[in-house]
Amino acid sequence: MIAIIDYGMGNLRSVQKGFERVGHDAVVTRDPRRIADASHVVLPGVGAFKDCMENLKNYNLLEPICKAIESGKPFLGICLGLQILFTESEEFGRHRGLDLIKGKVVRFNFKLGNQDSQLKVPHIGWNDIRIKCRTPVLEGIDDGFFFYFVHSYYVIPEDERMIATTTSYGMNFTSSICMENIFACQFHPEKSQEGGLKILKNFGDLS
Amino acid sequence: MLTRRIIPCLDVKDGRVVKGVKFLNLRDAGDPVEIAEFYDKEGADEITFLDITASHEDRDIIIDVVYRTAEKVFMPLTVGGGIRTLDDIRNLLKAGADKVSVNTAAVKDPDFVKRASERFGTQCIVVAIDAKKSQKSEVRSQKLEDKSLKSEIRNQKSEIYRWEVFTHGGRNPTGIDAVCWAKEMEEYGAGEILLTSMDRDGTKDGYDIELTKSISEAVGIPVIASGGAGNLQHLYEGFVEGKADAVLAASIFHYNEYTIKEAKRFLKDKGINVRPNF
Repeated sequence: MIAIIDYGMGNLRSVQKGFERVGHDAVVTRDPRRIADASHVVLPGVGAFKDCMENLKNYNLLEPICKAIESGKPFLGICLGLQILFTESEEFGRHRGLDLIKGKVVRFNFKLGNQDSQLKVPHIGWNDIRIKCRTPVLEGIDDGFFFYFVHSYYVIPEDERMIATTTSYGMNFTSSICMENIFACQFHPEKSQEGGLKILKNFGDLS
Repeated sequence: MLTRRIIPCLDVKDGRVVKGVKFLNLRDAGDPVEIAEFYDKEGADEITFLDITASHEDRDIIIDVVYRTAEKVFMPLTVGGGIRTLDDIRNLLKAGADKVSVNTAAVKDPDFVKRASERFGTQCIVVAIDAKKSQKSEVRSQKLEDKSLKSEIRNQKSEIYRWEVFTHGGRNPTGIDAVCWAKEMEEYGAGEILLTSMDRDGTKDGYDIELTKSISEAVGIPVIASGGAGNLQHLYEGFVEGKADAVLAASIFHYNEYTIKEAKRFLKDKGINVRPNF
């Protein structure tokens, strides 16, 4: 059973329905026991970084999440669920993340006057990926596949070897990472039609 | 590379899809969930539901529509209309919406946009602006005495504005300049502007290019052009001349005048970067 962590934010229902569509049962939960018993754990999320950390603390979810990752079971982070794994974010001030991945979360910053000045922030819409590192979650996904993005901040991992895909928006940014049992993406697989559902299926198929 | 978006918009009243002509004369065009599924298969880039149900007590209807839609389609879904509280937003996001659009609530209390974007993230707060060409350059300075409006726009009394913001589904003039308002909403944390020309809505004469361009160039957040699309050339003009990041259209898709696929092929042939799914 896949556990989707509910910390009071974001569109969890779409993630759950996405898994169901591809034949994987998923529960939305904030019960540490159910997270511990789950075969796979998903940390979704939209919202603000600081609120996310506060909610995870208030619901006593920090430990269950870290334990799930340590246990080696497949872990999927989506959007804020990717960013929160990092050391710190500069969203609305400076905020510490889970620090499971060394690196930071920064805002797209396109200076006025140069050729990027027409690039809007948030980065909203369908953009394509370049695969840097083959991982089972990306099975059947190729360079040039389109995914749905909606975010103003992106991650910069210190160790570039964990970059799974990059996407171009003014420059190439990290659109997903893979590290041991973790796969985490900035785009929303649950909102990316066929390609997104393929990723959810691949993740659910991991053992 | 980021592609330009084509967004079919479904006006939903009491759980059924309708399309107003200049916000009057509603026609029934079917079940929102079924239509959303159809557009999903067609390769629409997002779907927008605009809830025009009159009563706030009936909010559960649109929440149910969103809930059922999110079971069937795995694409971005924006919901607008009648959103007044943070709870309204939370309930819609929980039901499966990705973004919400606010209009009247933002004009009444710009801080609402700030609170919402801090709580849910700027990326899911769309500010909808219904704008209409204005001949009355005086309106603004009179209305600016209104204490409910905050910030600098109150102080720019001398400037003449060209488009006025309307609320309540286009019924109430506000005396606010649309371009200033868009900039202000960006500062308050709006993640996107859904810009509807009231002059063009329902006319099929094309988007108000001047309005769209003025706002798109004034803000650093994406702008969705809306109101007036009557053919595929209009979509092209919205992108190229209006500099819109996305175009929203209703009747040309709802009544099968064009399919999303045809629209994308047309735009691609003209050099617009769209998501290839045809």
